[in-house]
Amino acid sequence: MTITLRTFGKAAAIAASALAIFGFSSAAHAQASRGVFTIISDGSSTVYPITEAAAGGYQASMGGRVRVTVGESGTGGGFRKFCRGETDVQNASRPITASEMAACATSGVQYVEVPIAFDALSVVVNPANPLKEISLADLRKIWQPQAQGRLTNWKQLGPNYPDLPLTLYGPGTASGTFDYFTEAVVGVAKSSRTDYTPSEDDNILVQGVAGDKGALGYFGMAYYEQNKTKVRALAVNAGQGPVYPTADAVKAGKYVPLARPVFIYVNVASLKKKPVADFVTHYLTNASTYVTKTGYVPLPANAYAVYQQRVTKREAGTAFGGKADIGASIEEVLGRKLVKTVQQ
Amino acid sequence: MSAAEAPPAARETFTAPENLERRKFADSTFVFWGLLATTIGLAVLASLVTGLFLRAQGKLTPEFFLSFPSPDAATAGILSAWVGSILVIVTTALIAIPLGVMAAIYLEEYAPKNPVTDVIEITVNNLAGVPSIVYGLLGLGLFVYQFKMGQTVLTAGLTLALLILPVIIVATREAVRGVPQGIREAALSVGATKWQTTSHHVLPYATPGVVTGVIIGLSRALGETAPLIVIGVPTFVAFLPFIGPGDVGMPVYDEAGNEHILTSGDMLASWMPFGDQGWLNQLFTVMPMQMFNWTGRPEAEFQQNAAAAGIVLLIITLLLNGTAIWLRYRMRKKIRW
Repeated sequence: MTITLRTFGKAAAIAASALAIFGFSSAAHAQASRGVFTIISDGSSTVYPITEAAAGGYQASMGGRVRVTVGESGTGGGFRKFCRGETDVQNASRPITASEMAACATSGVQYVEVPIAFDALSVVVNPANPLKEISLADLRKIWQPQAQGRLTNWKQLGPNYPDLPLTLYGPGTASGTFDYFTEAVVGVAKSSRTDYTPSEDDNILVQGVAGDKGALGYFGMAYYEQNKTKVRALAVNAGQGPVYPTADAVKAGKYVPLARPVFIYVNVASLKKKPVADFVTHYLTNASTYVTKTGYVPLPANAYAVYQQRVTKREAGTAFGGKADIGASIEEVLGRKLVKTVQQ
Repeated sequence: MSAAEAPPAARETFTAPENLERRKFADSTFVFWGLLATTIGLAVLASLVTGLFLRAQGKLTPEFFLSFPSPDAATAGILSAWVGSILVIVTTALIAIPLGVMAAIYLEEYAPKNPVTDVIEITVNNLAGVPSIVYGLLGLGLFVYQFKMGQTVLTAGLTLALLILPVIIVATREAVRGVPQGIREAALSVGATKWQTTSHHVLPYATPGVVTGVIIGLSRALGETAPLIVIGVPTFVAFLPFIGPGDVGMPVYDEAGNEHILTSGDMLASWMPFGDQGWLNQLFTVMPMQMFNWTGRPEAEFQQNAAAAGIVLLIITLLLNGTAIWLRYRMRKKIRW
């Protein structure tokens, strides 16, 4: 026997005792503690790039005095943590829901609601498809559950449409984009035909539409902007004439109902700490830069100023009353009264 | 002379076995299909690696390893991710290896053969097949909510250790079972205790097999994303758990939001594993989470970053496996039955 296991035994003994030690040490502390102040944000992966830009920009401007982390556990998953008071900033691709408001109220978490940008959903087809525009009514005909297995060729929609087999691509059912699109187009959130190719990764949807002549898909505008050579966006006609998904149309409030605001929610208790307040101020001051750089559409400048005031005054509550509110204009939202509890 | 004459006689009585042609054909058919299966596997791997290298071209620069993530794809790097991955994998190994090996030795050498042991054995085997996301839920409920440990290196290390524990236990038991019974009997017959027999003889002979199990387990832990997302590990982390000598004297905000000047004491504390400022209790991110984020970004440049990160992850895994294989080789050489 040439190997002794003495070293192994020692290592095992050390590891076992180490386990006991950090078992105790971690139980002794209520929260994992960090030497340097760390702002924790989590939530929607749609909003992630904007907050990532703000976090990086703020950290750099502070020369490392403060740390910011950004997670992407989804709007719903993020709100669960936010309403337990575990995160300082929540990224959300939709307004807070009634049940999330209740959860926050139960644990005493108050929040300032800040729409940070617009995300426009682009409806795209293959470049080989001659179609230029589509009406909201026809989009509904295509995506409603009753169309399942029946509406399978574009020409079934009318003589203006090409004779191509219709194949559909869209986000998976867990996505906030799916919720918004179904509510805006079909009329009921999560109500959609299911015979389409779903993917949580918008890049996959781009590839799908790019490789399929009769394809129709929808996803965030940032993905369309980056893939204009592979897919073509349709102008959507909601009764006010056809509108293409452009930054200008979204800013002017013309790309309804497929443009939606995306949000950050800031914990009021966290806002009382200087680094968090500084971070949110930095975020709002440079919002249009960060938003434009990441492919989203900024709010009008005056809106950011109003929200900055709300952050400074720590005005808590939501302007949406727990509802999704399709196609609301930011000016109108700005004028609304904030509510903290669910209106029954 | 009669012995010399015997073979021709035997040759005369020799008759070809039945179906020889058919059996030989079956033999070469199997070789053909086996070769084809191997080629398919290798070709897929080769094309994957080639594809990664082609897409990552020009990205694997020192800056890529030394930069933090950023929304600007050109300057974004993997510093926090690779440091985080290594810290987590070291923590996972330190927890999972001793626990797994000890549990396996107990089950194999000490545990009485009874229904309870059988149930434990079946359960451990089943746990090896439980999806990783379930361990994420366990980690979230136990370490984050119950023990309030936060989304730290330690939380992730413990969660991933639980994830790979069954793999290590199963592999160790197989290895221990493979040690010939005679070795145990010989040791016991000269008066060795059970622990002496195990630690001096059984375990050293079983170590190569144990190492194989550890490689499989750690490689799996290194590539995991799902349980870490469930725990709430952030993706964007633009700092390291360690305070460098250059940071001493820098003013920061402390946890309470008050101004604080970093001291050399803070630096030392950050390099220790334990304690409030120790690296085990810091926030972090890992390579696969950073990769996953980049693959989902709209800008094509991020796909290049993701490919480069993939190659780095592959290299870390290969280094890890290479070390383990080298260790196993050395240990096997030393074994004298």
